[in-house]
Amino acid sequence: MSRPKPEPVQVVKERRDAALAALVARVPYVAFMGFQFERRGDELTALMPYRPDLIGNPSLPALHGGALAAFLEVTALISLSWSMVWPKIEAGNTVDVLPAFPKTIDLTVDYLRSGLPRDAYARAEITRAGRRYASVQVEAWQDNRARPTVQAIGHFLMPERSVTDG
Amino acid sequence: MQADRTKIARQFIEGLPHCNALGMSLSSIGEGEAEILMPYAEKLIGDPETGVIHGGAVSALMDTCAGAAVMSHPEAGLATATLDLRIDYMRAAKPGATVTAHAICYHMTRSVAFVRVSATDGTSDVPVAAATGAFTVERGKS
Repeated sequence: MSRPKPEPVQVVKERRDAALAALVARVPYVAFMGFQFERRGDELTALMPYRPDLIGNPSLPALHGGALAAFLEVTALISLSWSMVWPKIEAGNTVDVLPAFPKTIDLTVDYLRSGLPRDAYARAEITRAGRRYASVQVEAWQDNRARPTVQAIGHFLMPERSVTDG
Repeated sequence: MQADRTKIARQFIEGLPHCNALGMSLSSIGEGEAEILMPYAEKLIGDPETGVIHGGAVSALMDTCAGAAVMSHPEAGLATATLDLRIDYMRAAKPGATVTAHAICYHMTRSVAFVRVSATDGTSDVPVAAATGAFTVERGKS
């Protein structure tokens, strides 16, 4: 008995990219801030393209600490939601896969270096995702991956799951 | 001296590009305290199903307000930057309501300023969010 023929790679990629784009497009604030998400397999990297209106200290100049905090929070929230979406799209579902967003309980931001007037990148690591609560670490860097600009730890309230979710 | 400090802090905060982008306005500042308003706007929405604004926008408001409180403190240095900010989100801000942040710089050392901030939407005594932060104090060469 032979295994079923695998789906063409392009079909798989399109389904994953469409789900990610739909997830990100739901949030007006993300569009306003210009945040983007790139995907390699299930790993996401967030991008905050530099814009003059992200500046918080014009004399240095440096990015606004609040813009960086927002970038980390959005990265954590999208990454958490993506981790809930991923198993569904891999199971072949394409409709109604988007869950409600988790809610931020708290976020502790550690400002390591002043934000340069350049693009910033971030990745989140989900330390624990339980049924009700999740703990997420997130780090952003700019020119040099080994010299992070900001890091944060956040706690999130997971959305209620329907009984059929299993 | 204090009047000058307050004036400089006010000009600095009102000229910040990111604060203007989010629609913030400074309502009061002086003696280590500051209050900043952020009117509701569709571009700030984090959850389109409820219309609730994104936590990130509230974080930016609280960070700005905390920095303003530090700058207006009688013992403030030449400049400041956020070292650490912990934000607790108690409840969703009411869609349509202006969010007001109030910050108090309650202690200042030679190198570090300690700040408490709360954000309200005027609909309840329970704040939308509360934060505590530590800020750098830049004093230049002495």
